[in-house]
Amino acid sequence: MTQTRYYRTRSPEPEKEKTGGGGGTAMRVIVPLQGVVQGRGGLVLGSIIPCALFYFLQFYLKRNRDDPDDKNESNSTGQNPTTRSPSSEHLTELPGLTRSLSRALLSPRNSGPVSISARVSGIVKGGDSPYYMGLKRVKEDPYDELDNPNGVIQLGLAENKLSLDLVKDWLAENAREAILGNGKELSISGIAPYQPFDGLMEFKVAVAGFMSQVMENAVSFNPSQIVLTAGATPAIEILSFCLADAGNAFLVPTPYYPGFDRDVKWRTGVEIIHVPCRSADNFHLSIAALDRSFNQAKKRGLKVRGVMISNPSNPVGNLLNRETLYSLLDFAREKNIHIISNEILAGSTHGNEEFVSMAEIVDQEDTDRKRVHIVYGLSKDLSLPGFRVGVIYTFNEDVLAAARKLSRFSATSAPTQRLLISMLSDTKFVRTFITTNWERLQRMYVQLVAGLEKMGIKSIKSSGGFYCWADMSGFISSYSEKGEVELWDKLLNIGKVNVTPGSCCHCIEPGWFRFCFATLTEKDIPVVMERIQKVLKPVN
Amino acid sequence: MAIEIEQPRVGLSKVAVSKTHGEDSPYFAGWKAYDENPYHETSNQSGVIQMGLAENQVSFDLLEKYLEEHSEASSWGKGAPGFRENALFQDYHGLKSFRQAMASFMEQIRGGRAKFDPDRIVLTAGATAANELLTFILADPGDALLIPTPYYPGFDRDLRWRTGVNIVPIHCDSSNNFQITPEAMEAAYQSADSMNLKVRGILITNPSNPLGATIQRSALEQILDFAVNKNIHLVSDEIYSGSTFSSSEFISIAEILETRGYKDAERVHIVYSLSKDLGLPGFRVGTIYSYNDQVVTTARRMSSFTLISSQTQHLLACMLSNKEFSENYIKTNRERLSKRYDMIIKGLKKAGIECLKGNAGLFCWMNLSPLLEKPTRESELALWKVILNEVKLNISPGSSCHCSEPGWFRVCFANMSEQTLEIALERIHKFMEQRKRN
Repeated sequence: MTQTRYYRTRSPEPEKEKTGGGGGTAMRVIVPLQGVVQGRGGLVLGSIIPCALFYFLQFYLKRNRDDPDDKNESNSTGQNPTTRSPSSEHLTELPGLTRSLSRALLSPRNSGPVSISARVSGIVKGGDSPYYMGLKRVKEDPYDELDNPNGVIQLGLAENKLSLDLVKDWLAENAREAILGNGKELSISGIAPYQPFDGLMEFKVAVAGFMSQVMENAVSFNPSQIVLTAGATPAIEILSFCLADAGNAFLVPTPYYPGFDRDVKWRTGVEIIHVPCRSADNFHLSIAALDRSFNQAKKRGLKVRGVMISNPSNPVGNLLNRETLYSLLDFAREKNIHIISNEILAGSTHGNEEFVSMAEIVDQEDTDRKRVHIVYGLSKDLSLPGFRVGVIYTFNEDVLAAARKLSRFSATSAPTQRLLISMLSDTKFVRTFITTNWERLQRMYVQLVAGLEKMGIKSIKSSGGFYCWADMSGFISSYSEKGEVELWDKLLNIGKVNVTPGSCCHCIEPGWFRFCFATLTEKDIPVVMERIQKVLKPVN
Repeated sequence: MAIEIEQPRVGLSKVAVSKTHGEDSPYFAGWKAYDENPYHETSNQSGVIQMGLAENQVSFDLLEKYLEEHSEASSWGKGAPGFRENALFQDYHGLKSFRQAMASFMEQIRGGRAKFDPDRIVLTAGATAANELLTFILADPGDALLIPTPYYPGFDRDLRWRTGVNIVPIHCDSSNNFQITPEAMEAAYQSADSMNLKVRGILITNPSNPLGATIQRSALEQILDFAVNKNIHLVSDEIYSGSTFSSSEFISIAEILETRGYKDAERVHIVYSLSKDLGLPGFRVGTIYSYNDQVVTTARRMSSFTLISSQTQHLLACMLSNKEFSENYIKTNRERLSKRYDMIIKGLKKAGIECLKGNAGLFCWMNLSPLLEKPTRESELALWKVILNEVKLNISPGSSCHCSEPGWFRVCFANMSEQTLEIALERIHKFMEQRKRN
């Protein structure tokens, strides 16, 4: 396997990078100058010359810039002195953008209700998206074969109930001893006191072993490189905080899991740049598209800090093959950015394709390990979303150190860890679970796809995850997001079936829908098909 | 053989490399010293005794007894419908039964003098998360929160690190037993103003950490008036409310609001947790109780980053809704903490050391200022090092709590057995004797 290596010729970018920048050319000049400005050139070289150069550069740029709207007020010397507070010498530098936003929303003192932060006021439009509305409807009127046969059937939640009985049985037999017993006596002193926030070492060992098992032992995971978090949701947020500053961006292939908009962007101020995947490619990631998006971002003055992939992907359910992963690594190396590989469904593959973890790709390549970070968790593969177990796995000691400290805000519960140590260490149980789960997922997937096919709905061949990604563009009134949402609405309110419209996942082509099948039983499938049929009135 | 060419290091964020996590302070350095050489009753009698960690281990037996007698709490039994729902349950509203149990527990702690609505409870994985979450919601980067000193060293990290919010101290001193005064609050506000920092709220800890004392009713009224006057928020961190030695001495801000007919309540938010009162920090259970609907809704959504394990919620819902257990626990816990407190105060007095009069918490606020060479922070730290390295006791220096008067130390007493506490007191005694002789 040939790998192209691209070496950068300019000096390493210093850590105290200012957010954004005045554009590509500006950065190429400014960055090396920063080395001088940081005092390595003495008084004259160190201060006067760079300032002079900078002044002239800004003058040049102002005359030649296309976009008069410069979002990046925090350019170099323009630091707002008012944010410096003597009481907090460790205060991190803040981007100008958010500050001015908060000032704009100041309510006059002593009048009106007490205000909350701007960062919060602007958010939470998400609550109105079809994704969340659909979930709400199911909650209010859930289908039950006997008690509520006219209720809404849930195909919008990527949960796996197919193998929960196996877990339940294990727990019924073993839970109590697992949580409290350390042999003979019941003891709470093992779980009650403060534990390391990033997880008990015993649990890390068990999780590392489990991850290896679900990935068919193609790679072994080092427990010391694991940081446990209360679910994969904070794992992604913590990585976003560690790898990017407010105002920076991650490249994320679309369509993607709607929750990323919250996890990556909300509190961190990091942006997501969509990298569209298309049906012509079966929605596979194209490095060319990544490159295009990277360059577009640069032109907009957005600094890209990383790429975030999901493998298996949500909502499409495809796997990234070895070649693509190597190319991705090359790309990340060339741009000197991070890779976040969300592998939370690694143990939920159901086809015959090989799952390859990013950890396997970097196993042999030592130098690039520092840019790779894997997110995992037990919510999908072990069907335990309620227990809140997420994993950050990284080869980068600095990220490990920072993530460990940040895990205090999202730590896993000790009794839950104790319980799961026992469960995950029971390799026989794990093996049975993985195999049975694979079979059941496969069976449901095949039935669902066949059922949809009969109605003329084709889906992308998927090898992982709990859903199929189906093309209903032939059934929407207009080839647009509006048409798509109209169909979604009919499916929900007339068909009483909750599915996820592609626009929630930022799919660039209208008409695609995600159907989750792992919350259903085999008996539900014909019911689902009937209901969909009721709604469909072919347009073409 | 390929030549290794140095790769440009892929950069990290400012948040990641910042020192705002504060773990370089003596507060945490002491913990490290303990970790490296921990005292053990039999196997390491010369090790460092940990008195810098506010953990409550005095009532474990009560918890164990409950769990022994109530297997349904830690398991779901054969064929129980509960497990399935529990395992899949990741609703950020949290288990209703657990919220109800928490609301009722909080009411019991306050002797029924305040009512809590379970629907106003937002669950977080620990009070650490609750405080950070509130800060994200109430303030923008660059804004400020006013906090009375001395305060819990963790606030510097929890409230500032990722949020970018500043802390401006409200200076309190021993002249009036470190109570918060309107003058001090106003001075802090003006100080923030002069630095061009927008004050968004005042955060109090009641009972106080590290003082180990409850805030008096009159002071609470003044603090609430101040918040109303400046149109800012008031966060009351009441995680030690169940650790007051006598039930009647703790007055919650909830009671003040009740007497005012809940006027101005929408600016008040209470933080609670089971880490101190129930001695279960490993469980990661915290709550935000807010009288502001928008804050409740937003906090709930944001709690997605810090949900409590549904298994833990189930276990604790069973435990806390058992009135017999919870009443007995609260009463017994108070008695034992009170006894410990008396023991340590007596022991310190015998050694010639005075403490601030306390009535709550897992620690006492000890005055070693007479021992300082000079009334400076440096002298205090020098003394702290001696106590850590020679006396082998990890106590927390007041400067790490931003105390404006040097010489005060926080000493925890509930995270060890009585025997260990005796040993610690003996060591202090010996140390003081040595000092007198020199």
